[in-house]
Amino acid sequence: MKDWGYSILKGRQIDIENNDFSISRFVAQHEPSFKWCIGCGSCTATCSAARLTGFNPRKINLLIHRGETTNLAEEISKCMLCGKCQLVCPRGINTRNVIQNIKRALNNCHAL
Amino acid sequence: MHFNLFVLPFTAGMIILSLLLTYRYIKWLIDLESGDLKRIGSKILSIKTLKALREIFMESLIHRKVFRNNILLGYMHMSLAFGWFLLIVFGKLETLFYTGRQANEIYYPVFFRFFEQNPHQTGMLIIFNAVMDFLLLMVLSGIVVAILRRFRPGIAGMKKTTKHSLGDRMALAALWLIFPLRLLAESATAGYSGNGSFITQPFGNFMHLFLPLQQLSIVFWWMYSLSLGAFMISIPFSRYMHIPTEILLIFLRNWDLKTNENFTGFSEIEVQSCSRCGICIDTCQMSSQGKNNTAQMVYFLRDYRYKQLQPDLTDNCLLCGRCTAACPVGIDLTQQRILQRKKNAFKLPQGFHYLPVNQPSGEADVIYFAGCMSHLTPGITLSMEKIFKAAKVNYLFMDRDGSVCCGRPLKLSGQHEAAKKLVEHNRQQIILSGAKTIVTSCPICYKSFREDYHMNIRVLHHSEYLNELIQKKKIAPLPSGKSVVFHDPCELGRGSGIYEQPREVLNHFAELRPIYQEKENALCCGGSLGNLSIVPEERCAIQKATAKYLETAHAEVIATSCPLCKKSLAQYSDTPVKDIAELVAASLTVVAENPKILKHHKVQEMVEIV
Repeated sequence: MKDWGYSILKGRQIDIENNDFSISRFVAQHEPSFKWCIGCGSCTATCSAARLTGFNPRKINLLIHRGETTNLAEEISKCMLCGKCQLVCPRGINTRNVIQNIKRALNNCHAL
Repeated sequence: MHFNLFVLPFTAGMIILSLLLTYRYIKWLIDLESGDLKRIGSKILSIKTLKALREIFMESLIHRKVFRNNILLGYMHMSLAFGWFLLIVFGKLETLFYTGRQANEIYYPVFFRFFEQNPHQTGMLIIFNAVMDFLLLMVLSGIVVAILRRFRPGIAGMKKTTKHSLGDRMALAALWLIFPLRLLAESATAGYSGNGSFITQPFGNFMHLFLPLQQLSIVFWWMYSLSLGAFMISIPFSRYMHIPTEILLIFLRNWDLKTNENFTGFSEIEVQSCSRCGICIDTCQMSSQGKNNTAQMVYFLRDYRYKQLQPDLTDNCLLCGRCTAACPVGIDLTQQRILQRKKNAFKLPQGFHYLPVNQPSGEADVIYFAGCMSHLTPGITLSMEKIFKAAKVNYLFMDRDGSVCCGRPLKLSGQHEAAKKLVEHNRQQIILSGAKTIVTSCPICYKSFREDYHMNIRVLHHSEYLNELIQKKKIAPLPSGKSVVFHDPCELGRGSGIYEQPREVLNHFAELRPIYQEKENALCCGGSLGNLSIVPEERCAIQKATAKYLETAHAEVIATSCPLCKKSLAQYSDTPVKDIAELVAASLTVVAENPKILKHHKVQEMVEIV
């Protein structure tokens, strides 16, 4: 193969073949508005938990879509479920139910 | 000894029913919360027992609350319940009078006219017979209404009624058959023996013209006994379990038992007391505005009772409490839903390690907690600050830089354990301030503070607090002459019983317009945090319908006292929607000696922009 002098940073690499998309599928099935997200980040900007810690709903959404779900359980349980994100979401996504279903999906995995 | 083979179905039904009921009663009493039995013991010989008896008479027999819903519906229930009850009582008295013995076979009063075919009636017996015929007529008239209602829905109120399961329909059929069959059996016997009264005798004579009653009557008695037996065996397994259970429920409730944080024997009694009347269906806005006709409390409790409850159905409820307010049995439906959600709670790591360590944040007389949602309606927090300053209150804005959630949203979703962490954090922070009073702008936080925080300080919603400030003449809103209609937030009104204070506040400076569905019948704004899984379109439909309904009061302003209600209504209302705090702040006289007068003007401008 021709060496162009470039390489891929390991941390930026999305390993589609080995990533876990089961949570993404589960959430989209139980809360279809999950797919409407445009990644604007309004949720993260208003989030009560994000003010106190590195909690980031937009990032979580992105990572689930990519199937990168390590540490997800720990991250998602930082949510206080206050619902501000739902009020500011310009796409009208049922964000609280998205969170709820992520938890449910994780809970189901643990149960198995 | 009176006996005939046909009494067997009735007697068997009676014995099986009694055994099953005894078993269940004992099981429920064992499952009561610890301390509940003690509570019963201390209350059983008090006036509360008499109150319970009165309530049983008014609700289980007369069905007062059903009468309030619709007169014909009330009559149907009353004639069946009270009529049947009197039939049993007078039937017993009749046999007592006739035989002079207290103890007779249990089936003897039921089949009295079969066993005593003596046509020569005298004195009291004539009266007894007439009374029994009259009561039978009363019950039958109720059954006529019930049957008409099945075929012509809506004639007795209730736009939507319960869709019953097959088992319930069979029990219903047995119930409907009992009294026409009794009429047939008694009339047939009267036809040939002459022991009837003013209904059974003429009807019997008429049948006697063309029917061989002497042979036929035994068939009717068999059928009557069979329908009675079938109905009694169906009771423990159908919705008619509510008849023996509701009586127990009323006693226990009057002895101050209730469903708390855990599902106990009392909660189970509540579940089984549901008569599936379906009054909760019409009140549910997910049914009237949305298209959801499966998640209402009647179906929720039924599915739970038969162990078919799905988590999706449990989650799909606004927890607005309209059904709880309307329930003629008085079941705490909202709490039932929350407890089922609690059973489905997730087993995930606790994630609130990031909460900051509680630190003293200065002392104050009043601590103000805006709540998460109020940060999205800055008009409310700015107005509250303006009011605090005008009233010269030494206050502390606890969550000026953003809130730690009060914990109630997590609790509403059943995650009680996770909620406890948030509660503990906020609780410590509030106590550290040394304040005597906490004021919050969010009814959700308010309910949480009142019920879960167990703090030794006064908890006030800002509508209560504003009312107090006005009454103590700390602030004096200028009459504006504007007409307003008030929207009761669910958690403040039905949830916490605060109806009058916000109205008193508004009456001080505005013209308050009444609207038909208000106070405990108020509509939900649709923004409720109680429902996680409602589809966005249905939520919007509810929000829109409520906003449009409030507009029918033709007031200049729609007032409310909840940031979430304000947000929900404002997006669909052509009339401006204002929080009560904003209205008060806008009508405040600017106190001349206040050195921060300039700042007030700025606040005033900002309030108007918001």
